[in-house]
Amino acid sequence: MKKFASCVALLLWIVCRPAAAALSIEIVGGGENQIPISVVPFESDAPGVSAVIAADLARCGMFKMIDPGGDQTHDIAQVSFPGWKTKGADAIVIGGIYPAAGGQFEVRFRLLDVAKQVQLAGFSYTVSKDQFRLTAHRIADVIYQQMTGDPGVFSTKIAYILKREKHFELQVADADGYGAQAVVSVASPIISPAWSPDGRKIAYVSFEQGKAVVYVQDLLSGKRHIVANYRGSNSAPAWSPDGKDIAFTLSRDGHSRIHIVNEAGGNPRLVEASPGISTEPSFSPDGQQIIFTSDRGGSPQIYRIAIAGGPAERLTFEGTYNVSPHYSPDGKSFIYLERNSGHFNVAVQDFATGQSQLLTDGDLDQSPTFAPNGKLILYASIYGGRGILAIVSTDGRIKQRLTMQSGDIREPAWGPFVK
Amino acid sequence: MKKMMFSTLLVSLLAACGSQPTKEAAKPAAPVAQKPAAATTQAVAVNPLDDPNNILSHRSVYYDFDKSIVKDEYKPMVKAHSEYLVGHASAKVQLQGNCDERGSREYNLALGQRRADSVKQLMEAAGVPAAQVSTVSYGSEKPRASGHNEEAWAQNRRTDIVYQSE
Repeated sequence: MKKFASCVALLLWIVCRPAAAALSIEIVGGGENQIPISVVPFESDAPGVSAVIAADLARCGMFKMIDPGGDQTHDIAQVSFPGWKTKGADAIVIGGIYPAAGGQFEVRFRLLDVAKQVQLAGFSYTVSKDQFRLTAHRIADVIYQQMTGDPGVFSTKIAYILKREKHFELQVADADGYGAQAVVSVASPIISPAWSPDGRKIAYVSFEQGKAVVYVQDLLSGKRHIVANYRGSNSAPAWSPDGKDIAFTLSRDGHSRIHIVNEAGGNPRLVEASPGISTEPSFSPDGQQIIFTSDRGGSPQIYRIAIAGGPAERLTFEGTYNVSPHYSPDGKSFIYLERNSGHFNVAVQDFATGQSQLLTDGDLDQSPTFAPNGKLILYASIYGGRGILAIVSTDGRIKQRLTMQSGDIREPAWGPFVK
Repeated sequence: MKKMMFSTLLVSLLAACGSQPTKEAAKPAAPVAQKPAAATTQAVAVNPLDDPNNILSHRSVYYDFDKSIVKDEYKPMVKAHSEYLVGHASAKVQLQGNCDERGSREYNLALGQRRADSVKQLMEAAGVPAAQVSTVSYGSEKPRASGHNEEAWAQNRRTDIVYQSE
């Protein structure tokens, strides 16, 4: 008995600490029409800023990396544009790292158009030593936006659950898998992490009380509070776009139904006295509607309802299992999980046309989440018998795989843009 | 309530802690402590919940994918537990709903609740007072079998009947 008690005693750290193992990313497939670009190693770049920029650009699948071939150019006046044209580069990146006042450093870069022989972007950042990686990601974001027209997501973060035997950690890492930190560590399951729109908090479901309870944790202070612990299950948290409200599923009245409450507290408001199961709410970008999963029609399908109430509208009609919807950041489409002849895959549906496109081809894909630029989707999958994360672009062409040296990773949530 | 957690599901947790290093919780065994009978010569009645020849030793209802209907083959077992509960007013059970790993974890959490509720409804229809029955859903978070195949999934789609004393 004693042994048992000590075993189930909930081992709970609510501190940030470096995770034992890092995520590594493998590129599985790339996009068509890749933009040829070259990143020249920066001047006095001992911290490896230019290498991180090049790795970001290479990994995202939108660029064809041109080998700078020993080029040492750091000054725009010395750039040989015809030489770069011969090498096949459409654009090049040059820069350097220089000592600044107060022990800080100045990181400078320029993005140059080879054909037009003009500067497309150029910035200088004054940073401390521990900000080199973040600065590299921010530079990669600027380059990505200049060259593709969409915001880059290299400087964003991802959250996910790492399961090792009976131990569960909610971890947060950079979008390239670097710098993973355990935010919550318990000896019972955790599911459904959801970032607040400002990126400062994560809501999640933990079973540490023997059933599903919704918590919100402040990432900076490590403090957390319970937002839903009513009779039955409390789950599927989703933040309103203004960060003031949280929608979740409660089974307190005997049915799994979606409720909304102010994050600060209060009595949750029932959105709809729905028949059957209603769960997995996702807010529209304007905060006026939610899409969710319901089996009111006999099988789980995606529905949409105004948060003010009114009739729910069914959105998916093909197949007998369509679940886990998330609005795209622009509100024009949604991703979801569908069952196809025994396989579970991520699909995207356009609101205007109602057309769906299948994006993944795993056996047991799960839990899709949009990157904040709406161009990439992170999801969970099983690969080699283990839980892994994978990334696919919304056109289905770019594919990446994120694996951990040990344990299962699952339940990803891509964080928001943070200024 | 905490005692209710002493379910067979947690046998695997114990194993992880090293107290039962090799035991696999393949079947919903009933780890009920036997009364110390050795001291007397009187015949000690076997706890019917514990008797492998008694239907009450069976504790799990299994389901098809995305279903929560209790199949006919499990109804006599649920009925036997209902009768036991009616006859033992102090006995309490927790019905623990579970799902296989496939699809949505959140939908599975709701489905697991419905599976537990489906057994509860049968018990209440058989006259078991509501106060003797509680429910919880573990969704797909506490699988009994860990494989990614139908054999494992079939084991994980179930409701366990767990007595409070266990």
